[in-house]
Amino acid sequence: MVKIHERKFVTADPDKCVGCQVCEFICSFTKENSFNPLKSRIRVVRLNPLVNVSLSCRLCEDPPCVAACPRDALTQSEENGTILVDEDKCNGCGWCIEACDYGAIMIHPEKKVVFVCDLCKEQGEPQCVKWCPEEALDLVTSDVLAQKARIAATKKLFQEALKSTTATS
Amino acid sequence: MYGYAGRILHIDLTTGKTYTEPLNEEYAKKYIGGIGLGIRLWLDHSKPGVDPFSPENPLILTTGPISGTVWPTGGNGHAFVSKSPQSYGVGEAKSHGSFGTELKRAGYDAVIFKGKAERPVYVWIDDDSVQILDASHLMGKSPAETEDAIREELGDYYIRVAAIGPAGEKLVRIACIINDKTRAAGRTGLGAVMGSKNLKAIAVRGTRDIEVAKTEEFMEFVKEFHERMKGPATKKYRTLGTPENVLVHNSLHCMPTRNYNNAHFEGAEKVSGESLNERFVAKIIGCSSCAMRCEHICVVAEGPYKGTMTRMEYEPLWAMGPYCGVDRLDAIIKGMDLCNYYGMDSISAGVIVGFAMDCYENGIITDKDTDGIEARFGNHEALVQLLEKMGKREGIGDILAEGVKIAGEKIGKGAEKLAQHIKGVEVTGYDLRCLKTAALGFAVSFRGADHNRHGAYAFDVKGKVNRLVVEKGRGKMVKDMEDLYTVIDSLIVCKFSRGTYYKGIEDMARLYTLVTGIKMTPEELQRSGERINNVARIFNIREGLGRKDDTLPWKVMNQPITDEGPAKGAYVSQKELDLLLDDYYEARGWTKEGIPTIEKLKELAMDDLIPIVEQKLEKTKTPEE
Repeated sequence: MVKIHERKFVTADPDKCVGCQVCEFICSFTKENSFNPLKSRIRVVRLNPLVNVSLSCRLCEDPPCVAACPRDALTQSEENGTILVDEDKCNGCGWCIEACDYGAIMIHPEKKVVFVCDLCKEQGEPQCVKWCPEEALDLVTSDVLAQKARIAATKKLFQEALKSTTATS
Repeated sequence: MYGYAGRILHIDLTTGKTYTEPLNEEYAKKYIGGIGLGIRLWLDHSKPGVDPFSPENPLILTTGPISGTVWPTGGNGHAFVSKSPQSYGVGEAKSHGSFGTELKRAGYDAVIFKGKAERPVYVWIDDDSVQILDASHLMGKSPAETEDAIREELGDYYIRVAAIGPAGEKLVRIACIINDKTRAAGRTGLGAVMGSKNLKAIAVRGTRDIEVAKTEEFMEFVKEFHERMKGPATKKYRTLGTPENVLVHNSLHCMPTRNYNNAHFEGAEKVSGESLNERFVAKIIGCSSCAMRCEHICVVAEGPYKGTMTRMEYEPLWAMGPYCGVDRLDAIIKGMDLCNYYGMDSISAGVIVGFAMDCYENGIITDKDTDGIEARFGNHEALVQLLEKMGKREGIGDILAEGVKIAGEKIGKGAEKLAQHIKGVEVTGYDLRCLKTAALGFAVSFRGADHNRHGAYAFDVKGKVNRLVVEKGRGKMVKDMEDLYTVIDSLIVCKFSRGTYYKGIEDMARLYTLVTGIKMTPEELQRSGERINNVARIFNIREGLGRKDDTLPWKVMNQPITDEGPAKGAYVSQKELDLLLDDYYEARGWTKEGIPTIEKLKELAMDDLIPIVEQKLEKTKTPEE
């Protein structure tokens, strides 16, 4: 099984995300061949004009959605950590939806079973990441996220020092 | 059908009855959607001479064939059309955001509101289910508050709402209809028409799939446009945004200042796009399906207007800034926020305040009229106070809420001459005295003073013509731009993205065909653009407008620019205007009175509208003979 620090998931940088919903359109198009945000595995939240972010499955360790399913319809892929839905077992009861802290698992409006990001298994790479016009989406491990945050914080802390080094170099 | 939903929804607010009818496919191809389809549907569903505030005046809401797709900047548009309470002619305004895409997914190309509800209501369109619900508890709320309240009570946070604010409820003639909290169908006062119907808001949730005809080619085209949108054609909108115009217009002395008393603002640096971005822009966000993003969200962090957050563009910035002599960006941002709160067209609102200040400076109105507000140019507190009064129709705000034309007539004592409008619609941020191609575009615009019907200022500002002279040929230039702009507003794609259509109408025709599967050549689409300008003209003619209304504001024709500099002495004489109009009507194939000829209508396959012009042609013939 892939170790958690190697597990990659789709995440949005809230500083870059503008709430344009292109990811929703691309996701529903990729997976369902239609433009319909209701069928997207990634969803945009705009709390106010300044706060925009796209959310999708974070591939949690010990995923609460899997634990919550009374019918054992959900399992976590050993290969890449995505949540696999056994559509024959799922009856759309929604316990997993309640268990997910991110609203990343949803009921499909037509199939009446749950669906969740599978990192575009068939396409080889997440299409939302590929299409995001703002390059706000990224396929990363949590370790890389932490690395990025550390670098950004350090840059901020030492901005004066950085300025002088670029000036002299 | 692809692209189109194929359905029109009728809502009679008097009886509460609703029904749908199939979209007439011939109309779809001829009038495209958006404002084109809306204007045609309005003509079909109204009687000549109808009062804008009468229940008999239909309010038409449309989407375009592109709405609902992932097309960058085009997937999200919607338009409102009705008879304007400002011009008493075509009222139309578009908006973007996420409302149009939702309405398309609910399955409608157009919604026709007729009648008047007995008490305040809002309409809840949940796919096929349409309900008219009580809105008495929403009265007095801003559009943003209304949106939150409706989402809360219907229990769905992805509902999209287009609503009027207190100004629309009180029939303020510059009231607009706001969706997604900061996006406005702003011009021509359609929020007041909505208010006259006791219709507070339209809430929509759509869950249908949107499919396009030629999927693979369409997605390739989308990809190409994503790339184009990262390029030079959209750079202005992605960086400084339209407020970049402040310093450009100021250097050309074509920025109307202090109600057209000047064409140059000494405080321009303080209210420039550069200054705005440096000091106030906190984030630039995008509409649904957009790949360029332009919405500059400003936040005021300190001072008397601390905590204000709103979108900002050149036009409102100009109207509430230089046009009122105000050189404080925080006050302008506050003014914009108030316009959003009350639901008023921020361009017209600023121009009205500028007009009131001019009246005050000239002693036409005094402290007694203003309840003690010292309405001098440059007084930012007066700007804020007058906007509040207008939004509430309180004190002098009650007269100002009528717009500068009617307010000027009511106040009298020369105030009429200070009212800068065309067809009752307030001017926008281009000094027409020294932009003479734009002057023609503004004069003939079917929705009154407006830059967005033709974009003809570009010829002048970019130096493609001598902006200070008039000459034959400008008519054709304006006509061609108008025909393109009606296509843009009917497909509905965003005007900020117009530069990414490298091949212009050819790219748009391709887009239309890929989405709808209906074959459309560039020539046919061009003709649709021309047809829509003709149908709009027929609307105006049927309602009594004509050549006499294709005119310019008083100061543009009577008060030359006094500022030392490149435009000193410029104005537009009656003779110049007549030359421009004759040239334009000729390019359009209209009579000297500006009436489309029967031949022209036949050429455009508009035979069914010939009876309207026949009457008018008869009338105008007699005095000539």
